[in-house]
Order: sequence, then structure tokens, then C-alpha cells
Amino acid sequence: MSLTYLEAIREAQARALRDDPRVFIYGQDVGAFGGAFKATKNLAVEFPGRVIDSPISEDAMVGMAVGAAIEGMRPIVEMQFADFSLVGFNQIVNQAATLYWRTNVPCPITVRLPFGGTSGSGPFHSQSIEAIYAHYPGLIVLTPATVEDAYSMLLEAVALDDPVIFCEHKFLYYHLKAEKLPDEALPVGKARIAREGRDLTIATYSAMVHEAIEAAKELSGDGWEIEVVDLRSVKPLDTDTIVASVARTGKLLCVGEAWPWGGVTAEIISRVTAEGFGLLDAPPQRLNAKETPVPYHPNLWAAHRPTARSVAAAARNLLRQ
Amino acid sequence: MLQTAFDTEPSLDAKEERDIYLSAFRFMLLARVLDDKLAALYRAGKIHGGVFLGRGQEALSTAVGISLREGDVFAPLIRDAAGRLAFGESVLDSVRTHMGSPHGPMRGRDGNVHRGRPREGLLPMISHLGAMISVVNGILLARRFQKKSGTVGAACIGEGATSTGAFHEALNQAAVEKLPLVLVIADNQYAYSTPKSRQFACDSLARKAPGYGVGVQTVDGTDLSECLKAAGAAISRARTGGGPQLIVANLLRLCGHGEHDVADYVDPKLMNSSLGRDCVKAAEEFLARRHWLDASQAAGLREDIVHEIEAAVAQAQREPAPDPFAEEWRAIASEHLCEGQPEHRRI
Repeated sequence: MSLTYLEAIREAQARALRDDPRVFIYGQDVGAFGGAFKATKNLAVEFPGRVIDSPISEDAMVGMAVGAAIEGMRPIVEMQFADFSLVGFNQIVNQAATLYWRTNVPCPITVRLPFGGTSGSGPFHSQSIEAIYAHYPGLIVLTPATVEDAYSMLLEAVALDDPVIFCEHKFLYYHLKAEKLPDEALPVGKARIAREGRDLTIATYSAMVHEAIEAAKELSGDGWEIEVVDLRSVKPLDTDTIVASVARTGKLLCVGEAWPWGGVTAEIISRVTAEGFGLLDAPPQRLNAKETPVPYHPNLWAAHRPTARSVAAAARNLLRQ
Repeated sequence: MLQTAFDTEPSLDAKEERDIYLSAFRFMLLARVLDDKLAALYRAGKIHGGVFLGRGQEALSTAVGISLREGDVFAPLIRDAAGRLAFGESVLDSVRTHMGSPHGPMRGRDGNVHRGRPREGLLPMISHLGAMISVVNGILLARRFQKKSGTVGAACIGEGATSTGAFHEALNQAAVEKLPLVLVIADNQYAYSTPKSRQFACDSLARKAPGYGVGVQTVDGTDLSECLKAAGAAISRARTGGGPQLIVANLLRLCGHGEHDVADYVDPKLMNSSLGRDCVKAAEEFLARRHWLDASQAAGLREDIVHEIEAAVAQAQREPAPDPFAEEWRAIASEHLCEGQPEHRRI
């Protein structure tokens, strides 16, 4: 039996509901319909009354979750698309993210954001907004790249006493498969070496991990050994693992699907430069999406985001230095 | 909070009625005198940031706070000093938060009206208007999950907040879930400087209630008696399964938006109208007419209140200021995931 990234998210929610009576799911179409992507398929039947359809009110959805968390519940909020979480942005960054610091009362909510580009989705169903949330103190931002991480990190997100922005990549929903669910996992906050190498480090996360691994395979044909660091969580960011990798390779390429201004890739370069400048044999580089909204047409979309091809090209440039 | 409030007693005997009015008046006066003291401390430069007063809204605010019970939830807004006190907040919590004491509930991390004790049902407001309503909804939903029945949640806003999406989303959400929410709108004619004619175009905010499918009452917000009856009835209806209830109270803000604001934009005609009646004075006159409180008793009450407030201020003033070197600077509960300041890292 194999299961997809999306099924792993469904299974993690089922287990969280089964194991912890404090857990409930709140979101648009999540009930009998099972969610726009079917991430809550049959959960309303299995867990009656605990998988609740919300009105189209992202602000009130998050506010509701914060209140329930104050009262000891562990809500999971499903945003239909990450893009729509921006309507609930105020409650996430000003209410949820500040509650613990202001009052000492933890705010254990998980906000699931189906994010990232897929062909044909266009400007308002494709955004990668993890860096906006990571900017705010008080939030944890997770970006699983594998089926196993989607499962284990979602379970850990629900167990954590803080608001977690769980960025699940829609492009990985159906493509990615695993044979079984994991029995053990790296904890949140630890990055993973997705592929070992000695010539160059690619630090990346979520769907771009797979583009980076494809690029590394292509470059291995030319004799280059590329190390791919899968960040797993962008906040906290496991700077130690990245710096240790750069210590081995001397070169750093950061790849992200988000827009180029600021963001996770800029943050990594800033940290590695500040903390490990002497380890770098060449100026660190980064590769992001283009500085426009995410386009609709597949031809445009494929050129807008980093792909294995553009990652390989950026890596070659850096390797030549 | 009173053990016996209107919502539990369909008919009160004369002594109970008197006790409730006297108790309510005490909270109104306590809030007024506390507000005056905070304004004086602000002018003396003893309070950093803003000071926002509830002058003119004490009757309404008290009525809400006093009608709630232990175990209920209250999300006050900036002009609810009276309701907070009636709900059970201490004078010291207010003074400490205004003065930034590390011993207050906000520990100097937030100030003035941004205070509360969420685990005791008193929510600390964020500045974004309407945002607390859905948080109250969440607490009420959690209680439904936990099979705790019989509690209600009250949230206070001004008429300006009804223009926000958060207000609409949360009231609609409460109606969809049939939550025991009481939403109290103090229509005090101005949102900061903006008159309500620039805020909405319907003739009364009460008209909005049927659109959401919630019950509504309109009251004279300067009249303690009307406010007590309306709050008691709304809370009782919510408590007994009647779903969300809206109260629209007409009154006038008898101060600036904050103490920095001279409020010269307020139409003098409004100040001279029935809306501009001082609810504290009106309540005192009402108590005198009923022979529940004579002039010397009122003076004695005021004296006691002044002593209580002066004691709290003296205590807070003796307390040390927050120490930035002792501050943890950690915004998440999961200590092991705290990134901290980059310069504190090794390498």
C-alpha cells in the first residue's frame, strides 16, 4: 500500500482527532464534503461534530480558533488556499502570534495553508507566503517536503503549544508517494540532508527540494556532487545544519518558490554570511520565482518558478566560480 | 459580577433590586474616579502611551459586567473600565497595566486598556476593532465541545467597529453556530473624530440584527435602569439557548478619544441633548429619588473609592519598572524552538 502527501495529511488529522479529544477541524467545505482537496475526507463521519464547516470568513475562523485554544482545545484551521489566509492575516499575526507573549497563555492552533504553485492556478491560488508569517514573532512556520514529514510534522504541529502555520504544497499533494507512514521522525526545527554532496549546498524547502534533487542528479552526470538541505521548517530555521553543510561544500545556493524580495532565501544568506563568512568560497546565491504575480498559463508558470533546469543552471554558474 | 443578577431572577424583591442598583452605581463611580485619576497621572507624565477613558459609558458597561457570572467570558473594549470592574477585574490590575508594572497581568509588555486574564474569562483586547468577537465565539464553541453549558460571552464595541469585516464575520459566525454571544454596541456618536454619518447609512444599527438572524434591543445608554434590564435580558436569552443577542445603546462619549484628544469636533448640540446626559449623575439622582442613597452616603462612597484607588496607585508606583535585562524576549511557549537573537548564537 502506498499513500500520497495529501493522504498523509488526512491520516495525520485522523490520528490527531483519534488521539486527542481537544482536537477539532474548522474550515470551509471541510465537513461532509471533505475539503476542497479532500484532506478531511470522511473525517466528519469518523469524528462526528468535530470537523466543522465554517462560513467564508477567514478572520473569524482564526479568531474562533484562538478562543478555542485559550479554552484548552487544539483547533486545526484549514484555509482553502494559502492565498485566502491573508484575509485572516490580522487574527494570525496580531491575535494568535501575540497571545502567549502578552498573557502567558499559550495559543496552540494549527493553520493549514495549501500553498504554492500548480499549473493553471493563477495569481490567487498559487502563492508562497511562508516568509510573511515567518517574519512575525510568535509563529512557527513548517514547510514539509516529503510524505513522511507531512504526516509527522502535522502531528507535531498540533501537539505544539504555539500557533503553527503549516504550509503544505499543493504540487506535492498527488505526485509524492510513500510506502508507509513513518514510525519516527526528525523533530520540528531540524533540517534534513536530503542528498549528500561535497561541491555545493542547495538550501531549500517544500516542493523546491524535489527540483533541487533533480538538478543534483543532472549535475552528477558532470561529476558534481551537490548537497541538498531540506529545511523542513522555515521558522525556526536550522542554521546549524546549513552552516555545517556549507562548511563541507564552501558554496551556497538558496532556492525558494516565493518571490525574490526578502524572504527565506535572503534570510539564509544573511545568516550564513554573518555566521560562516569564512566558510564560503564564493558569494552565496539565491534563486526565487520571478517578481510578478504567479501566472496562469503552464508555459508562463513553468518559467516563473524555479525548476530543476533553472536550479541546475544557477548551480553551474556558482560551481564555475 | 453579582451572585444574583437580573438574568437569574425573573422578579426581584425590593431589597434585591436596591442592592443591584447600589452595587452597579458603586462600579460606575469607581470607574469614573479611576478614569479621573488615570487622566491626572497621564497629564502628570506618569503614564506612557495613551489613556482612554469610558466617561459617559459607565451605565452600559457596568450593566454588562454586573450581569455576567463567574465562568462567563467578557471582551471589553477601550471604554469599559466600569464593566471590567463589575466583572471582577481589580483596580490594581488597571493601575499596574497603565503604569507598566511588571507585577500587573501584562508585565509591561502591553499597556493601558490592553489587559486581561484570558484564563479567568477576561480577554485582553488587541487594537484591531471587531477582532475580539470571534475569539469570544471560540471560547463558547470550546465550551460546547467540553459540554460546559450555561455560560455566555459578552463583547463590547463602538459603532465604528460595525464597519469592519471582523464584526460582520464574527456576528454571522456566532449566529450560524447559535452561540451564546451578547454583542454590545455603544453607539457613542463618534469613532475618534468621525461622526457616525460617515460610518453607516442605516438609521439605527439595530436594523442590522435581523439581517444576521440575531435578537436585538435598543436602549438609552445614559439610563442605568434601561441598561441593566437590557443586558440582563440579553444575557439571560443567550444563556438559555436563544442564540446571539445584540444590544445597541445610544449615548455620547463624554471625553476625547484618548486623553491626548480635546475632541473639539463634537457637535455642541449633541452635548446638550439627552444623549449628552452624564449617566453617573443620572444614576445618583435615580438612587436618591428611590431613597437608596442620600447625599452623605454618596459622599462616603466616593471617599471610600478615592481611598481604594489612591492605595492601588501608591502600590503600583512603588513597584519597580520592567527590567529589559530580566525580560525573556521569547514570544513562543515552545522554548526549544525559540530562535532568539542572532547575535546570541554561537560561531
